[in-house]
Amino acid sequence: MSLPDAVAIHFERHAQALLGSLGRLARQPFATFLTVVVIGIALALPAALYLTVANMRAVTDGLGDTVQLSAYLALSTTAAQAKQAATAIEAREGVGDAVLVSPDEGLAEFRKLSGIGDALEALPDNPLPWLVMVRPSPPHDTPEALEALAAELRKIERVELVEADTAWVRRIHAIEDTIERLVLLVAAVLAAGVLAVVGNTIRLEINGRRAEIEVTKLVGGSNAFVRRPFLYSGFWQGLGGGLLAFVLVVAGLAALGPFVDQLSAAYGSTFSLRGLTHEEWPVVVGGGALLGLIGAWLAATYHLRRIEPRA
Amino acid sequence: MIRFDRVFKRYPNGREALSELSFELETGEMAFLTGHSGAGKSTVLRLIALLERPTRGQVFVNGKNTAALRRGAIPAFRRQVGIVFQDHRLLDDRPVYDNVALPLAIGGVPRREMDKRVRAALDQVGLLGRERSFPLELSAGEQQRVGIARAVITKPPVLIADEPTGNLDPELALEVMNLFQRFNAVGVTVLVATHDVHLLDRFRVRRVHIEKGRLAAVPHVAA
Repeated sequence: MSLPDAVAIHFERHAQALLGSLGRLARQPFATFLTVVVIGIALALPAALYLTVANMRAVTDGLGDTVQLSAYLALSTTAAQAKQAATAIEAREGVGDAVLVSPDEGLAEFRKLSGIGDALEALPDNPLPWLVMVRPSPPHDTPEALEALAAELRKIERVELVEADTAWVRRIHAIEDTIERLVLLVAAVLAAGVLAVVGNTIRLEINGRRAEIEVTKLVGGSNAFVRRPFLYSGFWQGLGGGLLAFVLVVAGLAALGPFVDQLSAAYGSTFSLRGLTHEEWPVVVGGGALLGLIGAWLAATYHLRRIEPRA
Repeated sequence: MIRFDRVFKRYPNGREALSELSFELETGEMAFLTGHSGAGKSTVLRLIALLERPTRGQVFVNGKNTAALRRGAIPAFRRQVGIVFQDHRLLDDRPVYDNVALPLAIGGVPRREMDKRVRAALDQVGLLGRERSFPLELSAGEQQRVGIARAVITKPPVLIADEPTGNLDPELALEVMNLFQRFNAVGVTVLVATHDVHLLDRFRVRRVHIEKGRLAAVPHVAA
C-alpha cells in the first residue's frame, strides 16, 4: 500500500466513524439533547461570569485613567505664591503635569457642573482655595505610589490638603480580582462536571453496544478502533454543548443589553455591554468540543478495557 | 500451524480445563476436535484465539508463540485467525454486508476493494445478493454461513469453529461442513470442535479427541 493510499484510507475510516457517531446521536435525539443542554449550561456559566468581570474592568479601567491628586493651597495664598507652589509640585519626581486652577476658575466650573449657580451668587466671597491638579506619570499611577506621592506633596510650602481618594478604586480592583479567581474556580469545577456528564453518556452508549464491541474485538478490532466512534460521539456532544453555551451567552447579553445601556446613560456614560470577541467565542465552543473528547476518551479507555470477548 | 505443547489451563475459579495437552495440526490440515461437554474443547479454541492464556505450557499459532504476544499485538493476531461460533454472533442491527465487512473495516480496506471481497465471500457461502438483508431475515443455516463469510473474508491461514452445526438440522450441517472442507482444500488450516456423530462418520478427517483435558485415543463408536 502506498503512502497516499494509507493516508486516504485513514481519513476514510475517520470520516466513517465521524458520520456514524453523528447518525447514532441523531437516532437518540432526547438523550443527546439532555447531554448537550447540561454541557451548554455548564459552559455558559463561567463564560457569563467571565464577561461580567471583563465588562466591569472596561468600566473601571476608564476610571484608572483619571486617577489624579488634588493639592489645595492655603486660603491666604496669593497668585504669585500659588504659581511658585505649582512649579515646586511639577518639579517633584512622579508628577506628570500639574495644572493650576485659580479660585475664580474653580468657581466658574463648579457653577457650570453643580447646577446651583444661583445659590453661589449669594456668597459674599469666593470660598474656594487655589488648587493644583496633579496627574502622576505612568510608573507612579498605581494606588500605592499615589499615596506616597500625596505624602510628598503635603510637605511643600503652602500646600494644605492633598486628596488622593484611591481606596475605592483599589477596592473595585480587588473585587474584580476575586471574581476573576472565582471564574477560574467555577470553570474548573464545571469542566470536571462536563467530563463526568460526557463520561457517563459514553458509558451508557458502550453498555448499549456491548455485543458489537465484543464481536469487533473477536475479529481483531483493536481498542483504538473500538474506541474511535465513542471519541467522536463525545466530540459532537461537547461541540453541541459549546455552541449552545455561546447561544445562551449571546441571548443573555441581548436580554441585559438595553437595561445596561439605560443604566449607563443615567450616569452620563456611553458604556455598553461587550460580548464574546472573535478570540473568545472559539474558546468556549472549542473548549466544549475538547472537554467532550477528553471525557469520552477517559470513559471509553476505562470501560472498553473491561469488555473482553467471550466465546 | 497449530501446536499445543504440554498446555495446562486452570481458570480463576479453580476449574482445571486442560492438563498437559499436546497436539499439532500441520499447515493445511483439517481436524475435528471432539470430546464430551466439559472435556476442554472450548478452552482449546479460546487459547488459539487468544481469548485465554495458558496457565502453563505453550500454544503456537501460525508459527507464533502466543505467550510472546503482548496485549497490543492481540488484535493483529486475531485477524489471522478466522473464528466461527455456534451462535454465529452476528450483529442483528446491521445488514449482512456490514457484518461480513467488519474485519475489513478494521483492517482499513478501501471501499471498492471491500465491495469486491464481500461479494466474493458471500458467493463462496452461497449468499450472493443478500447483502442488504438483516440477519434475522435469514434462516439459521444462512446466518451461520454469513458468520463463516465473516470469518474467511480476511483470508486467514487458520480457521477455527466452535460447534458450528450445533443449531442446525443434519442437512444444513452437512452444507456448512462442506464449506469448511472447501476452505481446507485451498490450504486453510481448519479445526472444528463438534460432537455431531453424523458428521464425524461422514467426513473422514483426523480427530483430535480430548478427555478430561488430555489427548485421548479416539473411541470407536458403533455406527
